[in-house]
Amino acid sequence: MNAKGIVHKYGNNIDTDVIIPARYLNTADHSELAKHCMEDIDTEFVNKVNKGDIMVGGANFGCGSSREHAPIAIKASGIDCVIAKSFARIFYRNAINIGLAILECPEASEKIENGDTVSVDFDTGVITNETKGEQYQAQPFPEFIKEIIRANGLLNSIKNRQN
Amino acid sequence: MGMTMTQKILAAGAGLDNVVAGQLIRVKLSLVLGNDITTPVAINEFEKNGFNGVFDKSKIAMVMDHFVPNKDIKAAQQTKQCRCFAGKFDIDNYFDVGEMGIEHALLPEKGLVAPGDIVIGADSHTCTYGALGAFSTGVGSTDMAAGMATGEAWFKVPEAIKFNLTGKLKPFVSGKDVILYIIGKIGVDGALYKSMEFTGEGVSELSVDDRLCIANMAIEAGAKNGIFEVDDQTLAYVKERVNREYKVYTADEDAVYERVINIDLGAIEPTVACPHLPENTKDASMLSHVKIDQVVIGSCTNGRISDLKIAAEILKGKHIAKGVRCIVIPATPTIYREAMKAGYIDTFMEAGCAVSTPTCGPCLGGYMGILAENEVAVATTNRNFVGRMGHVTSKIFLASPAVAAASALTGVITDPRNV
Repeated sequence: MNAKGIVHKYGNNIDTDVIIPARYLNTADHSELAKHCMEDIDTEFVNKVNKGDIMVGGANFGCGSSREHAPIAIKASGIDCVIAKSFARIFYRNAINIGLAILECPEASEKIENGDTVSVDFDTGVITNETKGEQYQAQPFPEFIKEIIRANGLLNSIKNRQN
Repeated sequence: MGMTMTQKILAAGAGLDNVVAGQLIRVKLSLVLGNDITTPVAINEFEKNGFNGVFDKSKIAMVMDHFVPNKDIKAAQQTKQCRCFAGKFDIDNYFDVGEMGIEHALLPEKGLVAPGDIVIGADSHTCTYGALGAFSTGVGSTDMAAGMATGEAWFKVPEAIKFNLTGKLKPFVSGKDVILYIIGKIGVDGALYKSMEFTGEGVSELSVDDRLCIANMAIEAGAKNGIFEVDDQTLAYVKERVNREYKVYTADEDAVYERVINIDLGAIEPTVACPHLPENTKDASMLSHVKIDQVVIGSCTNGRISDLKIAAEILKGKHIAKGVRCIVIPATPTIYREAMKAGYIDTFMEAGCAVSTPTCGPCLGGYMGILAENEVAVATTNRNFVGRMGHVTSKIFLASPAVAAASALTGVITDPRNV
């Protein structure tokens, strides 16, 4: 599994209230949520983003509420992968549980700039910055989590186990 | 190697003699919680994946509290979806308008959480129940769906930071000031992925309400959970409410902690978190230049009876400043009635405050007190992120009920010892 796209870069402590403001949580419809993704810090994001793009954040990405609507909104907006220095723990497990690829990599978070073209190899954890000609090594997932991702989400992995 | 309090509870839940930090385990759950925002997403996943039964109808709680009483048609549809699901599976602990309160005030009050429990909730402030010596943590809706279907959840065993509490709080200083002070000290990711274990002789100086408030905001330091050692106060609180067996766990003497932080409760001042992160703390006395438009006293953090009591004592016989709106939200119907009997509701209304039925409403900018452009609020809630309570240019200062009430009187951020 791989991803390649243009980077949308944000700073530290990107919280779930700016990823998807609570005023839109009266629906669980994925495409409705996607329309308002990042709205409170970047009104242009939804117009700029293309399918397959990559989001890069700083430390503590996804902090705040447990709303799964946050990774859902990011995924439904077209983003294939989020790379950050570190993730807030509920966002981290939510992303895995719904099948949004996320990678922790402080070096990539620091060196990648907005608009760079980046490709990601999820098997090796290697992130290639094609614009700058650099490579960064992300933390690979433990086997337990790979199993959930291979099953395309937590509930599928439970179903597989039960059968 | 010794285990922390959290590690011991998780080991028991996993049926293991011993666990170590970093280990991935699957544990049995005592309770699975969701609200009117997160449960619909869980139900969609549950149904999409073809699950046709819940693991235990007495171990699931659904609390309609975020946009309830329904704020609009879409919210009404979401509540209806939860109500139908709860009806279909005969969920014992489904709480709707009239019975519902803010989930993290309601569940302890109803005796649904006890020491040694393992609780997941599709709400980040589920960490509140650590105040009673339970392991409880926020998860997402897919985890909730999996929990409802299987009664299990996966966890990475966390390491812990030990907070050794000493001393005694000064008058007008409460649990809220303690947790804001701690977050100011360690930062919003200072306890990322970790447990915050509260121990030491100072614990006995904190009321159960103070402990619930402190554990509630552990997530605001990035923690997986916050947990207090169980003492006589905890046992007295639980004895009045819990009608089942439970087990008290204590950390091993040789438990390994990532670090130990000493907190002298007596050194903590009335503390305020400035926009736009809970770690931006200052003493309330340094912020008297900040003019405010709105005050909110309530939420899962500070909507309990002791919170209303201190606010009422400060507001009694006085009137809030001209141009300030003050909204008071008792967190549960029981708290509301208690406040009514004690005369607090009269005090609030005589002072010019609006008093609402329980709801999370304004805390997350849902409804009931949305802020306009450039408006400033003092709120006893838990997050002051950009746009959290309304317009993206509005500002939120997080504070205790005492600071909030004092500020409502003066129209600027005020140390409650100065009114």
